[in-house]
Amino acid sequence: MSALELILRAASSLAMLLVLPLLVGQTEHKVMAHMQGRLGPMYAGAYHGWAQLVADGVKFVQKEDLVPAAADKRVFRLAPMLAMVPYLLALAAIPLHPGYAAVEAPASLVFVMAATSIGVLGTLMAGWASANKYALIGALRSAAQLLAYELPMILAVASVALAAGTLSLGGIVEAWSPWWLLWQLPGAFVFLTAAVAELQRPPFDMPIADSEIVFGPYTEYTGLRFALFLLSEYAGIVLFSLLFAVLFLGGWRGPLDDWLGWAWTFGKGFLIALILIWLRVSWPRLREDQLQRLAWLWLIPIALLQLAITAVGVVL
Amino acid sequence: MSERKGIVPGLVKGLATTARTLTRHTQVEEYPHHRPELPARTRGVIALLAENCTSCMLCARECPDWCIYIDAHKETVPATTPGGRDRQRNVLDRFAIDYSLCMYCGICVEVCPFDALFWSPQFEYAELDIRDLLHEKDRLESWVESVPVPPAPDPGAAEVPEVASQRAPARGPRVVGGGAARPARPARPAPSAPPPGDGEG
Repeated sequence: MSALELILRAASSLAMLLVLPLLVGQTEHKVMAHMQGRLGPMYAGAYHGWAQLVADGVKFVQKEDLVPAAADKRVFRLAPMLAMVPYLLALAAIPLHPGYAAVEAPASLVFVMAATSIGVLGTLMAGWASANKYALIGALRSAAQLLAYELPMILAVASVALAAGTLSLGGIVEAWSPWWLLWQLPGAFVFLTAAVAELQRPPFDMPIADSEIVFGPYTEYTGLRFALFLLSEYAGIVLFSLLFAVLFLGGWRGPLDDWLGWAWTFGKGFLIALILIWLRVSWPRLREDQLQRLAWLWLIPIALLQLAITAVGVVL
Repeated sequence: MSERKGIVPGLVKGLATTARTLTRHTQVEEYPHHRPELPARTRGVIALLAENCTSCMLCARECPDWCIYIDAHKETVPATTPGGRDRQRNVLDRFAIDYSLCMYCGICVEVCPFDALFWSPQFEYAELDIRDLLHEKDRLESWVESVPVPPAPDPGAAEVPEVASQRAPARGPRVVGGGAARPARPARPAPSAPPPGDGEG
């Protein structure tokens, strides 16, 4: 791999991280608005407010960068980066087109799952370093949520890896067949639920529940650092949507996938992102204990059951 | 909403509701670009037709918020006929409504005996300072042209009281203690002068 290709791959995955979350964010603005009988942004950029998030970005840049006096300043400043970078790394390993991923790792599934778990560490650091009780409560909630939902997610992913017989994301897509839609359905359900919980989006947004604990770990953040947290949330949506498409919907597989493979991947991912938005608009927030109950009493047993079903299927 | 059986139906219903709303047109009016169509009787602002005002102060006195300020002076109108008496009339100097106090009850409009006050649907008179909401006569008069013609009553509606009283046959002389239940008594001749203390009855 030449240096030029290396730079090109790095730049393209960075561009993906910067553009796709904005696309999802804008879609969320508009879809959420219309689901609530509103119009959403209409004026930024003249045509149906397409530049709203650009305008928001400009606003965030202009804001003062505040650090609370009692905060652990280095950790406080580092936290937004730590929330964001893992998603960049994980996004780079997602295969988009037959034989193309920005980073081709042999066990990319393990890499992606490991990287996404670090993202929550940024939230934890932010909550701890803010020296704010709401931030701390939010961070602890998010830690509890991570603990509860990482396990069913890993189990669901393990089931897919078991079915494909490989830990490489590209290999999983190669091994995928439409029959998996039924076979891996419980696992897909568990993965989607766990992904929403891991992203801390409604109905699992207790860590940043604004009516309970202000804005959780992000309470003390302003300006660009706050924007980084927001960007990492939407980057997370992009990542988990694409990951879901790759694991359960066959990634680039579809008619004409020699040329249109990338379009299939993005199309399926976008569909999942739409579902995540839809859930956010429709459902109220769960209570903290309901969240734990759902994870331990429902998702983990379902994931284990899925693992057993997959094992039986593989052996037969 | 009505049944509380199970958790799944409610969640699915929520999803269905938002999806249905997504497919429908929004009810948003993009206000600065699209003017709202307000009903003719909208209580937007109170307009003053100054030439009808006699400075009788009824509105200022009836106003529950005391938000109407009226200043007037008397002017002598010289007699038009030789040997006639000079007349006096009120000239309105100041008529102001403090819209930071007004509660839009409309009592002043109702009570004005000379049709000098009207409701106008105009609502764009916000100010940056609450003290600037005290609007003087010229501003109040400028709203008169935005007062719409009142719409005709609905086809089956009862007649407007003013019209009904106009159309009713002229009342005959007053019948003391008159009532439908009692046998009619022969009407008295009209009194030449009202008895003291029985002015309007």
